[in-house]
This record gives sequence, C-alpha cells and structure tokens, in this order.
Amino acid sequence: MPNDIDLRGLRIAVTGGTSGLGLALVKNLAARGARVAFVARSAAPVKRVARETGACGIVGDVGRKEDVHPIALEIAWNLGGLDALINNASTLGPTPLALLADTECEDFERSLAVNVLGPFRLTKALFGALTSSAREGRGAVVVNISSDAAVNAYPGWGAYGAAKAALRHMTAIWAEEARVLGVAFLSLDPSDMDTPLHALAVPDADPATLRRPEDAAREIVGSLVAALGDRAALAVAPRP
Amino acid sequence: MTTADRIDRHLSKLLVVEAEGEIRHLPRAALASLFRPGDLVVANDAATLPASLQGVHRPSGETIEARLAAWVAFRDPARFVAIAFGAGDHRAPTEGRSPPPPLAAGDRLAFGPLDATVERLLDHPRLLRLRFAGAQASVLQGLARHGRPIHYAHVAEPLALWDVWTKIAAEPIAFEPPSAGFALDWRMLEIWRARGVAFATLSHAAGLSSTGDAALDRRLPFDEFYRIPDACASAVQAAKSKSGRVVAIGTSVVRALESAETGDGSVRPGEGLASGRIGRGAKLRVVDAILTGVHQPGESHFELLRAFAGDGVLDRMRAEAAERFYRAHEFGDSVLIERQAVA
Repeated sequence: MPNDIDLRGLRIAVTGGTSGLGLALVKNLAARGARVAFVARSAAPVKRVARETGACGIVGDVGRKEDVHPIALEIAWNLGGLDALINNASTLGPTPLALLADTECEDFERSLAVNVLGPFRLTKALFGALTSSAREGRGAVVVNISSDAAVNAYPGWGAYGAAKAALRHMTAIWAEEARVLGVAFLSLDPSDMDTPLHALAVPDADPATLRRPEDAAREIVGSLVAALGDRAALAVAPRP
Repeated sequence: MTTADRIDRHLSKLLVVEAEGEIRHLPRAALASLFRPGDLVVANDAATLPASLQGVHRPSGETIEARLAAWVAFRDPARFVAIAFGAGDHRAPTEGRSPPPPLAAGDRLAFGPLDATVERLLDHPRLLRLRFAGAQASVLQGLARHGRPIHYAHVAEPLALWDVWTKIAAEPIAFEPPSAGFALDWRMLEIWRARGVAFATLSHAAGLSSTGDAALDRRLPFDEFYRIPDACASAVQAAKSKSGRVVAIGTSVVRALESAETGDGSVRPGEGLASGRIGRGAKLRVVDAILTGVHQPGESHFELLRAFAGDGVLDRMRAEAAERFYRAHEFGDSVLIERQAVA
C-alpha cells in the first residue's frame, strides 16, 4: 500500500481525532487529499488539529446520546455525504486499570457508552449517508477500531475488553447485514501503540517497544481503501 | 417521543387506491409485498435540519421563533427564507401562535450562539429572509446545537433529531421530515430487493408543509432544491423500459422527478429547483403511484394528489380514512394512490 495514493474526493469521518491513532489517521487522510471531518470532546484541541490539518473539526462526545445526531448532522453536511466512517474514539473505563470486582458500575457503563453504544449510534445515524454513497457507486466502509483485549482475557482490562468484544461482534454482524447494500464493515486491531490511552493503561511501558500510531494509521487507511475497492476510484469527483 | 408512539408505528394502517379506483385497507407492513418485480420505489433521503430556532429580537427584547423554511442558495447556511412567530411553544397549534414583534430590515436577532440579521421582509408579516453571521461550518454547528426540529402540537413531547430522521436519512437539507419515508425500514428494503423491486433515492430539500396561516399556506410549497443522482435517473429509465411502475415515497419525490422530467418520461440527473404547484390537471410523466400521509384538502400535499386522482376518488378515500380513524399527522398512517386510469 503506497502512502502517496491520492484520496481526493473521498469523504471520511474519524472519531477521537485529536490524539493518538485518531490524530495520526486525520493527518494521514488529510495529507492524501481526502475530505476529512473529525470529532473530539474538547474545543481547544479540535480547533488546533483543524487548523493544522485543514480537516473539519467537530466538538462532541460520542458517548453522549444527545451529541450523536448533531455530530452526524455536522459530518454529513460538512462533507456533503459520507464514504467512510472510522469509529476510533475509545475509553479505558477505570484508570488506573482495575480488577472487575473493583470496577465501579459507572466506569463500566461509560466504557460501554463510548466503545460500543457510541459507534452503534453514530453508525446508525450515518447509515443513510453511507448507503446513499454505496447506491451512487462510490462504495462505503465503516472501520471500527478493535483491540487484542476484545479477544484475549487480560486481567485488569475487564471494562475495556468486554466493550471491545461487543464492538467486534457487532461489527461482524453488521458486516453480514450490510454487505448486500454495498457497505463494508471492518474490525481492525492496531496493536499496542505509543498513545495517551496506552500510557494511561500501562504507565511504565517502554515507548520503544510500542508501535508508532502513524504506522498503524497507514495500515488502517490501506485496509479502508482496499475495502472500498475499485469503487474508490469513482469517488474522486468532489461535490460540485 | 413516547414509547406508545413508537409501538404505534408498527401498527400503522395503509389505505390503497388502486388504478381503477378500488380502495383497500391493509396494515402498513403490507407495503413489503404490494409492488411487482420491475417496479421502482424512489424515496427522498434528505435528513432534516433542526429548523426551529428560539431567540430574541434585539430591538424590542421580545421572544421570537424563526422556522427556517427554504434555502436561498442550496446548502448555503448563511441565508434562509424563514417564518417568524412570537412567544409560545410547540404545544400551541401554529394557527394560534402570536405574531412576531414588528420586524424591519436590518434588525438583529440572537438565537443562542447564533447571530442573525433580518435581511429583508418578504410580502407577508411572518415571512422574511434571514442572514446568519459567521463561517458556514460554525453556523451549522450553532444550528446543530441550538436548533430543534419543528414541533407539532399533536406530539406531547419535544421532538429530537432522531425522531425526525427517517431510516434512510443522509444529507441534512430538509426543513421538515420527508415523512412518507417513515414507512420504510431496512427490512422492507431487503424484502423488495429479494422480490426484484428496485429502490433508488434522490435528495429533496423539503420545506414547511403548513404554517397555520391560511394566506401563507396558499403559497406552499415554496421552491425547493433537489439533487437526483445518476443512479436514480438510470433506475427510472430502467423501470420505464420494462414497463415497471415508478412509486414515489412522498410528495417531494413527485415534485423532484416531475420537475426533472425531460419530455420523454426520463429524468435529468443533477441539481434542480422544483417550483410551482402540482395539482389538478397536471400531467404526470414519471410517477405512477405515490405513498403519502393522510392530508386535508387545501394542504399542498393533498392538492398534489389531485394529479393522481379525481375528486370522486379522493372524496371516497377521505371518507373511508375518517371512518376508520386513520391518523393524519406526520407520524400517522399512510395512503398509496395509483395514478387513476381515468382521472
């Protein structure tokens, strides 16, 4: 997957776009000419990243039900539709990580809200835009960022792992249901990266042993473009 | 909305007027099996803007509600045609709402985070052109956060955006929901696909359907922008070539398709502006049937039905719908009218 492939005209939304993997994705996509909208909770970083990348910044919390439709509205309006959605925003649940029996219910709920319900709600709100893109022959893809904690039972990662497992399975079922509509669903595990989220989870990890988010972002964009397939080539004509 | 409203949607009724004038009553779920292989269903995939803004008229300090009603330039959120109301909320029927404070060109209005100016008054005391200050993206952000969907007095609770977006809602360009589309869900589309019934969408910026003001209502619908994708235009052509019927989901689809008609029953893809009323005597060249809500004579939605059927058929339809308690509001029951063989 060459890094210089031109994505001009592709309309892509990224949640959690101001730090870690999300920021690397926004930079990568914007540098290749895609029309990018990104979402994050805090206004100041959103403004900064928007200024630095030229992408459209949207302030909102995908974990809050009331925020999801306004976010979807801003995404669909600013991009004039949508070809790809990357549900990247994530929360660990309790920090420092806690054994399940020590985990507050509210922390568990928050993990489900951000890691599962948020992607479900946002994808559902944007499903009309994605299928509209597919009907017009541009293809459509939803990428949900997963984790090895979705598959392996790591002690201390209960709130996060249970939510990521649910997200992974939801992605698999949605992939089956939406294939016939021309919308691809991918669950991608970027593996352990040198990101603020990882530092919260494992504060004493040696950054040198961790993957750079820029490398993971490049690989994810490669998978996304592959999933759009030949139809991505049709998507290069921006809205008049 | 309340849980009861949601459950109601599953029990919705469907009145069918066949091409020969015969009337049938079905559960709305029967829509899944009504069409034939080769037929084409066309729906409006416009998502709905939160077009009702509560604010303050700066010169008088009085409360004002502006309902955005039409784009001045398509997709440019700097300027809108709007309808103004005075104090009051959605529980009051629109016809009972007080007039707005006296307005003059240049008056400043504040709607939460949004600053606007009365650009000019149009030829009715409630009708004006608004200009919002700021960059397009920030105006949209303000609308998304401060605006509310236009409310209906018959719905007890304030509506949220998720109540007014259809399942297929894509680009947010409509001011009121293309409500015929509430009858569609993804399961139904799946069944149509399996039966060889084609499905296509266009995007039509549906404006207000009624204001509660008789003089204003006579002028509805305003001119409305639309976009017909290549895929939709091709689907119309394919259906026509196989003698399939074109079924419009809602009056906005009829307006868009007939407005884009090229003279031979096919439609021109791209953007356009639907203007004028379709009604009695109008010759439909594209659409063979319409699914719509239960409307009353005088409403622009109802007047459009006169292009599909004559007064006798429509009178019978209204009488039977009333006898069987069909619900007439945006989230109510549906009627499917085939263009009458003899209108």
